[in-house]
Amino acid sequence: MKMPGASGGARNPWYGRIGFALVALGFLVLAPATLSDFGLNLFTKYLCYAIIAVGIGLAWGQGGMLSLGQGVFFGLGGYAMGMYLKLQAAGPGKVPDFMSWSGVEKLPLLWKPFQYAWIALPAVVVVPMAVAAGLGAMVFRRRVRGAYFAILTQALAAAFVILLIGEQGYTGGTNGLTNFSQAFGLDLADPTNQRMFYFITAGVLGAMFLLARQLMASRYGRLLVAVRDGEERVRFLGYNPTVIKVIAFSISAGMAGLAGALFVPVVGIISPALLGIVPSIEMVILVALGGRSSLVGPVIGALAVNYAKTSLSNRFPSGWLYLEGLLFVVVIGFAPMGLAGLVGYGRSALDRLRGSPGASPADEAKRLEDEVVPA
Amino acid sequence: MKHRRYELLPVALLCVLALVASACGKKATTSTGATPTGTASGGGSGAMPGVVGAIIKVGDLHSLSGTMAISEVAVKNAELLAIDEVNAAGGVLGKQLQVVTQDGASDWPTFAEKAKQLITVDKVATVFGGWTSASRKAMLPVFEQYKGLLWYPVQYEGLESSPDIYYTGATTNQQIIPGLEYLKAQGKTKLFLLGSDYVFPRTANKEIKAYAAANGMTIVDEQYTPLGSTEFGTLVNKIAADKPDAVFNTLNGDSNVAFFKQLKGAGITPQQMPVLSVSIAEQEVAGIGIQNIVGQLTAWNYYQTTNTPENAKFVAAYKAKYGANQTVDDPMEAGYTAVHLWAMAANKAQSTDVAAVRAAAAGLTFAAPEGTVTIDGPTQHLYKTARIGVIGADGLITEVSSSPQPIKPDPYLKSYTWWKG
Repeated sequence: MKMPGASGGARNPWYGRIGFALVALGFLVLAPATLSDFGLNLFTKYLCYAIIAVGIGLAWGQGGMLSLGQGVFFGLGGYAMGMYLKLQAAGPGKVPDFMSWSGVEKLPLLWKPFQYAWIALPAVVVVPMAVAAGLGAMVFRRRVRGAYFAILTQALAAAFVILLIGEQGYTGGTNGLTNFSQAFGLDLADPTNQRMFYFITAGVLGAMFLLARQLMASRYGRLLVAVRDGEERVRFLGYNPTVIKVIAFSISAGMAGLAGALFVPVVGIISPALLGIVPSIEMVILVALGGRSSLVGPVIGALAVNYAKTSLSNRFPSGWLYLEGLLFVVVIGFAPMGLAGLVGYGRSALDRLRGSPGASPADEAKRLEDEVVPA
Repeated sequence: MKHRRYELLPVALLCVLALVASACGKKATTSTGATPTGTASGGGSGAMPGVVGAIIKVGDLHSLSGTMAISEVAVKNAELLAIDEVNAAGGVLGKQLQVVTQDGASDWPTFAEKAKQLITVDKVATVFGGWTSASRKAMLPVFEQYKGLLWYPVQYEGLESSPDIYYTGATTNQQIIPGLEYLKAQGKTKLFLLGSDYVFPRTANKEIKAYAAANGMTIVDEQYTPLGSTEFGTLVNKIAADKPDAVFNTLNGDSNVAFFKQLKGAGITPQQMPVLSVSIAEQEVAGIGIQNIVGQLTAWNYYQTTNTPENAKFVAAYKAKYGANQTVDDPMEAGYTAVHLWAMAANKAQSTDVAAVRAAAAGLTFAAPEGTVTIDGPTQHLYKTARIGVIGADGLITEVSSSPQPIKPDPYLKSYTWWKG
């Protein structure tokens, strides 16, 4: 099965670089200049989802590992940040407000390290990565993959949510962690600070995208694709597929954790409702809709789906969910390559018009056909 | 293979449609009656939130989708009825109210986001909304940071007071404590506490335990089930074995259906061991099944059967607007009352400015369907009459006991010596 890798074939590498620079310019100059404060705040939230999507694109699109529990890693990052902010808001020596409602008077041991930024900030990436690495090492060695891996990660998401809700005194329960007025001494309602969070988030997205691209262009990237397409063959060639898969899975978890940490000061809340089974599947849908075979696809999917969600729910407050569902069904049903696939399809159509031998319609159809088969 | 190209057409069409729809949506709310002359002559009224020409925009933010929709849509309907009545009576500051409706989707972060949008983009004068404590906790920082005004219509666990929120439902000392006093007066001193596992039942039970300790009552057990749980076999057995005098029930939503069915199945009758519920109103009774719950107790501030002239008018108006088979309940009445109170406060202040409305609202009284309510200035809660009711065979609730006069709200239970926070 020939899925195009991240490098996009043998095209001039400068196309990609110029494209990236143009998009970066749009994100860093155009968006802040044209969007309202509220619009920019929403856009920052979309970018957080785009960061998760890049990670899923790496693990699923390139590595063939379909994780239906990405919300867990998003949540670990988000809660690590939320715990730090909550302790900052409570002040030294005091417990967060929700603990006293639940009758917890002393700061639990688990919370103690999160008083310090130098522990909390690295934890947003390290904790999800470590959990993913531990889980990955266990299951990939036993050659659990495909649907079984997906079910396992989904069960993890369900268990994580039950734990968070059940331990209300330690986690905030269904409410989650909310009511942060400031982060790092910055007033969160101030549009200037929100603008800064936007630039940080956009910068992180750019960096994560480049990291994924660099990985895929490297020897490791070729091995990852090889493991996806023929794990046994790679094993016989003398490589250890477990290590290769654990690395990709753990990086995608780290990206989700980072996105969670950025999400908290931007949106102002982290709760179990954001990281259970349904939101985890939604994260995968972002990637499926955008197109998992490229690294750009997931980003496009995350931005497009979230934009559609906001605008449809504003326009049709009581019926928007049906429209969103329809959108998913139509895109997955008629464009299995996702939105990015439409771009690729358009490009090859253009090539054909120009009489370029690049991709024949038959090749393109074959590629689409291949794509329908799940990895 | 050519047909593939045409298959992509629906995708492109749908995307375009979504874009167009969203673009229309933005225009629809701002284009109506946006006459700049109206505000210019008003002498500074242009700065008032929500005022656009001859119209005042107000927000309505309830779950119209998801698990909470079944309860919250009814509250939204009651609020829309009140807005119609305010408009028919001449509106606010002589301007008609226009509602901007948003869906909280039973999802707390969505509530926060839509609240932010209503305040900063739609620039509404005030927002009526919320049901679950989680949704209120998520919206609270938004209303505080962006200086908005929220009217929250549901009974809750207390221990909260925000200058940017008015609480028109009961706080604990207007619902749970009167419920306990009723049980104590009936000689039911051994209680079993049963609740869904989230902030309201946890906090309420903490308060119930403190009350019980100070009043010679005993708590035989305290059990929580996850929201939406339907397995009560073990718990019902436990209740039967513990033999409490009564069960204090803070279960929410679907769990009640399973609980009452299994309780009835175990042969436990309300006569032997009554269950007093604080989250079951007329809307929920039908869903649980009248035969499963008939004879059980509830604690609220209002029932559809409450005997006041204002209530007769309210019930009739609601049925006329939404259908003769509709029922009304306490949170709906609180939402309806909230709209009228805000309109009165804004008219009194001659402004929709939040600080001006707040100043005018303190001490305001309104002849609500539940009887006269008064806004308590410092806590921004209402003086409300507590009513214990029994569920009848027709699915309606009849009052069996009530407080002699409206009870002063005390969200932090400061006037109770047994409460240490």
